[in-house]
Amino acid sequence: MSLEAVKIESKQKFIEIYQDNIDTLKNDAPEYINIARQKAFELFKNIGIPDKKNENYKYTDLNKEFDNGYKMYLSPKNIKFQINDIFRCDVPEINTKVILLLNGWYYDRENLITELPGGAIIGSFQKAAELYPDLVKKHFAQYADMEKEGMVALNTAFVKDGIFLYVPKDVLIEKPIQIINLLMDEEEGFTQHRNLFILEEGSQASVVVCDHTLSTPNFLTNSVSEIFVGQNAGFDYSRMQNEHNGSKQVSHLYFHQERDSRVNANTITLHGGLVRNNVHVLLNGEGCENNTYGLYLTDKGQHIDNYVFMDHAFPNCISNQLFKGVLDDFATGAFNGKVLVRKDAQKTKAFQANNNILLTDDADINTKPQLEIYADDVKCSHGATVGQLDEDAMFYLRARGIPKKEAKLLLMYAFANDVIKAIQVPALQDRIQDLVDKRLRGELSRCNSCQMHCC
Amino acid sequence: MLLIKNLRASVEGKEILKGINLEVKAGEVHAIMGPNGSGKSTLASVLAGREIFQVTEGKVSYFGKDLLEMSPEERASEGIFLGFQYPIEIPGVSMVNFMKTAVNEQRKHKGLDPISSSDFLKLMREKKELVELDAALANRSVNEGFSGGEKKRNEIFQMAMLEPKLSILDETDSGLDIDALRIVANGVNKLKTAENATIVITHYQRLLDYIIPDYVHVLNNGKIIKSGGKELAFELEEKGYDWLKNDSDK
Ligand SMILES: Nc1ncnc2c1ncn2[C@@H]1O[C@H](COP(=O)(O)OP(=O)(O)OP(=O)(O)O)[C@@H](O)[C@H]1O
Ligand SMILES: [Mg+2]
Repeated sequence: MSLEAVKIESKQKFIEIYQDNIDTLKNDAPEYINIARQKAFELFKNIGIPDKKNENYKYTDLNKEFDNGYKMYLSPKNIKFQINDIFRCDVPEINTKVILLLNGWYYDRENLITELPGGAIIGSFQKAAELYPDLVKKHFAQYADMEKEGMVALNTAFVKDGIFLYVPKDVLIEKPIQIINLLMDEEEGFTQHRNLFILEEGSQASVVVCDHTLSTPNFLTNSVSEIFVGQNAGFDYSRMQNEHNGSKQVSHLYFHQERDSRVNANTITLHGGLVRNNVHVLLNGEGCENNTYGLYLTDKGQHIDNYVFMDHAFPNCISNQLFKGVLDDFATGAFNGKVLVRKDAQKTKAFQANNNILLTDDADINTKPQLEIYADDVKCSHGATVGQLDEDAMFYLRARGIPKKEAKLLLMYAFANDVIKAIQVPALQDRIQDLVDKRLRGELSRCNSCQMHCC
Repeated sequence: MLLIKNLRASVEGKEILKGINLEVKAGEVHAIMGPNGSGKSTLASVLAGREIFQVTEGKVSYFGKDLLEMSPEERASEGIFLGFQYPIEIPGVSMVNFMKTAVNEQRKHKGLDPISSSDFLKLMREKKELVELDAALANRSVNEGFSGGEKKRNEIFQMAMLEPKLSILDETDSGLDIDALRIVANGVNKLKTAENATIVITHYQRLLDYIIPDYVHVLNNGKIIKSGGKELAFELEEKGYDWLKNDSDK
């Protein structure tokens, strides 16, 4: 079948699913959500799923991945299992309440909304849309761009559930909140959860997100998170992606930062068949700081593609991007980072780096850091490297009695550590260090039967 | 301890060692001198197991075993230590982690349990003092941003930590100021026993005032062209290498 045919087919398939299930979709969703849904559907009908002709998806053909018969989760499916047996958070610094999404649905159906100290709210997006319409309406579908991005349009057309977090003005949530995206089923499934994080002025929170597969069938995920970070607010986002090789995911993070806000976003890709991470940042006021970091460790036939769009729309903001990756076997990857400095964004400081180590001749990465600068008084830099492990360093280590395999690990670990060091929560940093170490040692490969308490 | 017979080695098809013969016994100190590019570092690298050099002929036995059959890490664990002429910087690998891994891997090789954390820290402290290594250096990444002299001192520190049987010190004296030279030489002398041996590669007779060699060898164009006692070093200091080269050409 030609690519064009696949493209039309997979698009057509979603159009049909939408039309066939329009009642289920619109059911128990407030009117304002359904208006956005309808608009998204019309957009999707035009745009469809991006293929390789789309400059931003040159190295990851989503059409191929979406041409499948996976089941969609249009209502919550009840799978009985004791989450506490699987995830018992033993890092004392982390909130003990684990927030769980199962195949895109808020798991704790008895307590869809939880109030945290100071009036903060965490819970099901679907429930929040019903209970707090003013709040949700103000932010939902405001930052994620469905006009340009067919996948966001698709997600919005099918929007049902996901995570909702609200932190009111000047409220600080001290302990990180752990969110687990769990995929588990007897058959192949396609999930599209939708998250909304709202941090009002002067508030602060951190979340730790873990993506997991708990059963063997293939999974596909197309998730969208919109994150509003108000004036002088601070948000830490750490994510660990650890899914099996039969899983594919496209993830979209949209950060909207108001003046003097600070965001750290750190994505650690430990495992996954195909992973495409889109991070969009709009620095929408003076004095913002954004640190967007990523680490990917891939092997076998895995594919990782990181895309970052950093939009400096106002003066005096700082952004740092650091993406590092180790690719083994015949793994492939891409990095595409764009920094846009608009005309008025004077005194911008923007830095971007992508460094890669290829462990074999068959591993491959395409890296394209880009700067687009329209202001004249700025400090920007970008750079990319693709290389092998340093032979001289290898020999130096071995000459002290460290076996080849161990020496390789030390060097890979050292390489990865720049990204891990940027994780703000010390206890989490230790845990991730440990996970990365295990991953590099090849001890994390069977994560579909995982009992590994990711944090 | 070490017996080198007619050793020939090349890199990228170019022969660099052209038939080296050398015997080192326990308790001895051998100095190797010779002009730039004569193959001194190559000999050291071949003994340590650097794979870019191909051994084309000859034998090296170490305590009766075929050294050339062993991987670099095996050689190290069997007691061979190479002090690098140009120590490598390894950003992101801390000195502590590096040394702990090296010590434990060598212990594992000997069938010993890993060293306890407190014993390890004690050992580090002791050896740092021995070579007067700035304590702050041990908290940094391996050789990263170390000055030339600090790197050399760090080599001796590692040697002290690993207690090798055969140390090959490749120009550990170059780049050292006179105080540092004395400290490094003291370190070497304090570690000297009747069971171990040292090969020092140097350009300067000066070092040999501190580390007194039993033998001095002159390497030229991949061959040892003269061997003698420590007085040979004085002669070289005075006359250079040309008289020997002419000698060997005849
Ligand atoms: N990796 C290599 N590739 C090509 N040639 C090499 C390589 N390593 C060494 N050589 C060559 O081998 C010869 C001997 O080099 P070596 O480093 O052993 O000399 P040396 O005696 O240690 O010199 P110095 O006193 O300057 O340290 C030189 O001509 C050098 O250029
Ligand atoms: Mg040399």
